Amino acid sequence: MRVPFSYVARNLWVRKLTTGLTAGGMALVVFVFAAVLMLDAGLHQTLVSTGSADNVVVIRQGSQTEVQSGVFRDQAALIETSPEVAHGADGEALVSKEVVVLNSLPKIDEPSKRSNVVVRGLPQMGTVLRPQVHIVEGRMFRPGSSEIVVGASVARQFAGVELGQQLNFAGRAWTVVGIFDAGRTAFDSEIWGDVEQMMQAFRRIGYSSVIAKLADPGSFDALKRRIDEDPRLKVDIKREHQFYEDQSSTLSNFITLLGLALSVIFSLGAMIGATITMYAAVATRTGEIGTLRALGFQRGSILVAFLSESLLVALLGGAAGLIAASFLTAITVSTTNFQSFSELAFSFTLTPAIVLQSLTFALVMGFVGGFLPAIRASRMKIVDALRAD
Amino acid sequence: MFFLRFAFRNVFRAKLRSALTILGLVIAILAFGLLQTVVRAWYAGADAASANRLITRNAISLTFSMPMYYRDKMRAVPGVTAVSVSNWFGGIYKEPKNFFAQFAVDAPTFFPMYPEFVFKADEYQAFLRDQRGAAIGRQLSDLYGFKVGDVIPLKSAIYPGNWEFTVRAIYDAKDETTITRQMYFHYDYLNESIKKVFPRRADQAGVFVVGIADGQAAANIARDIDAEFKNSLAETLTETEKAFTLSFVAMVETIVVAIQGVSYIVILIIMAVAANTMAMTARERLPEYATLKALGFRPGTVAALIMGEALMLAMIGGLIGLALTPPVVRIFHQATVGVFAKMPLVPHTFYLQAACAAAVGVVAGLAPAVRAARVRIVDGLRHVA
Repeated sequence: MRVPFSYVARNLWVRKLTTGLTAGGMALVVFVFAAVLMLDAGLHQTLVSTGSADNVVVIRQGSQTEVQSGVFRDQAALIETSPEVAHGADGEALVSKEVVVLNSLPKIDEPSKRSNVVVRGLPQMGTVLRPQVHIVEGRMFRPGSSEIVVGASVARQFAGVELGQQLNFAGRAWTVVGIFDAGRTAFDSEIWGDVEQMMQAFRRIGYSSVIAKLADPGSFDALKRRIDEDPRLKVDIKREHQFYEDQSSTLSNFITLLGLALSVIFSLGAMIGATITMYAAVATRTGEIGTLRALGFQRGSILVAFLSESLLVALLGGAAGLIAASFLTAITVSTTNFQSFSELAFSFTLTPAIVLQSLTFALVMGFVGGFLPAIRASRMKIVDALRAD
Repeated sequence: MFFLRFAFRNVFRAKLRSALTILGLVIAILAFGLLQTVVRAWYAGADAASANRLITRNAISLTFSMPMYYRDKMRAVPGVTAVSVSNWFGGIYKEPKNFFAQFAVDAPTFFPMYPEFVFKADEYQAFLRDQRGAAIGRQLSDLYGFKVGDVIPLKSAIYPGNWEFTVRAIYDAKDETTITRQMYFHYDYLNESIKKVFPRRADQAGVFVVGIADGQAAANIARDIDAEFKNSLAETLTETEKAFTLSFVAMVETIVVAIQGVSYIVILIIMAVAANTMAMTARERLPEYATLKALGFRPGTVAALIMGEALMLAMIGGLIGLALTPPVVRIFHQATVGVFAKMPLVPHTFYLQAACAAAVGVVAGLAPAVRAARVRIVDGLRHVA
């Protein structure tokens, strides 16, 4: 015979303060736990959606990032003429040869603090290969001019990049003529301009990277083999989304490790709280337990009843923590990705998996916290228990 | 005296509950101290900075270099006593996770500006003589077991190819704040090698380290240096070594602020736990408090008893937590020495820990104390069987 659920729930309601405090402690733990997972999910979403499955990125062998890379013009031409590369309607190869540099700009809220922003010089083909990018204010830069457009995150985070303002770098004044939205991808954290102008200004003789669209996404391995076997090409080739995901592995690992370590330590506190609460509940309800047993409820039923009480508190706390954490989705985090040494903006992202993981985490806390007290409750002898009051 | 004993005895009446609460407090105070120390660790580089050194870099960003001939122009700026060069090498030792910093420096001008690196005279001479030699810090040598004479193979993402360096000297730290987890080798070796492969990238400086006699004049000297290269191809940005180091922390400030914020959440959690314990304790003892009142003790005394008990609980937990912090930080640092060069435990952290423990005690005791002080004798005594 099972102890009715309403009995369990009402017991919690009777001790509102205690229930609230215990659930509150758990809510805080779940909040931290969920926030970390959401941050990591946001980082992944940003970087994975930055890359397209049929685009490839070519950089100098071993250089790991576009900024450290250098691809010579003749190497770029070899890649451009590879048979695996797609061609547009007018027969032009869908290849973008780009130059990427870092520019340290002052932050909008504290101009004394500077952070590195990716400045990307690209040909018109570069925008064709990134259909997710569109201008939200102003217009696109004109090829062959010292005009630049800034990503939405850069416009929000950095000073001096408003429409019509000029940025001075590499001995030139660059006019901001537009702000683009890249659909929450890493490009939102970049500044774009004309590739040839940038190369002249920065005195570059080679490109940083070559982005190419594959005619058939399945032909990646063939292209990779061709490039690896060509002694003239000392380059690394990666699928675009893989390239961006690799760039974030250190930051992602750091967030996950730190967050999970914190969650585990914090959960100890919350579990202790649950244990105290449940022991007290058992102690004050000794007579009640005796009565229940005398009425015919089995030891197992008592165990389940107390355990479900603890699980219910945990569920309440978990839900409260999740609701609080869901408000974080409105926040955009901007920090330096140490692998690329440049600023990257991403948002807290709540996924169904995170909801499930957080609630499971809460229930585990409730189970561990309530287990010993529930055992004690179920082991009481009827006579002793009834005598207690 | 009676009062203290009463509170003390009360703490240990419900042994299991008190023990659990204290355990929770210890964990919370420890976690808080550890997190605060981790936050401090980000600033360790700034602590090690000297007021007599400026760093000049390309104004666009650190990824751009400056021509080597800038050095002579900088030397001529009034107030400048020495100029050396340092290039970030970005080498990887076997695997990317084995991260440590390597710099190509002009050793004869560089090390005199860094008296905090203590060399053995013969090792230092051997390092100067060997063009492919390297000088490594004590922490670094401990981390990977490098000894004098060992060859360190590195792959660089910035300078293509495989590089090999022979450890010729191991330097020690002069004091607590000095970081010795980096490797230095000769700029000339890097430059000569680069000249053969990429002549355009030769004779370039990543940053210049500028020695000045008077730290007070730093701002003026920095301005004069930058004015020298205004409107040139590579404009410069000069700042104190401390500001330069802090700019790296500022880049990841979001993370540092988050850790700081989270460290207070653990205190909130334990506040809820302790408040719960005290609320339950006071509820169970309501008849006792009524009895005390009936005996003539004033409401203030009864409230103080509960408050005293809560504070006592917090104090025991807090003290144990404080005592355990240094060894736990040491163990944690040993595990993360690859990430954090220094993990300085400062008195400030202990004060904060103590304040948090006290705050937990006060918050936990407040509501029950007020309630016990207000309880009417009749209501309270009615519970007594």
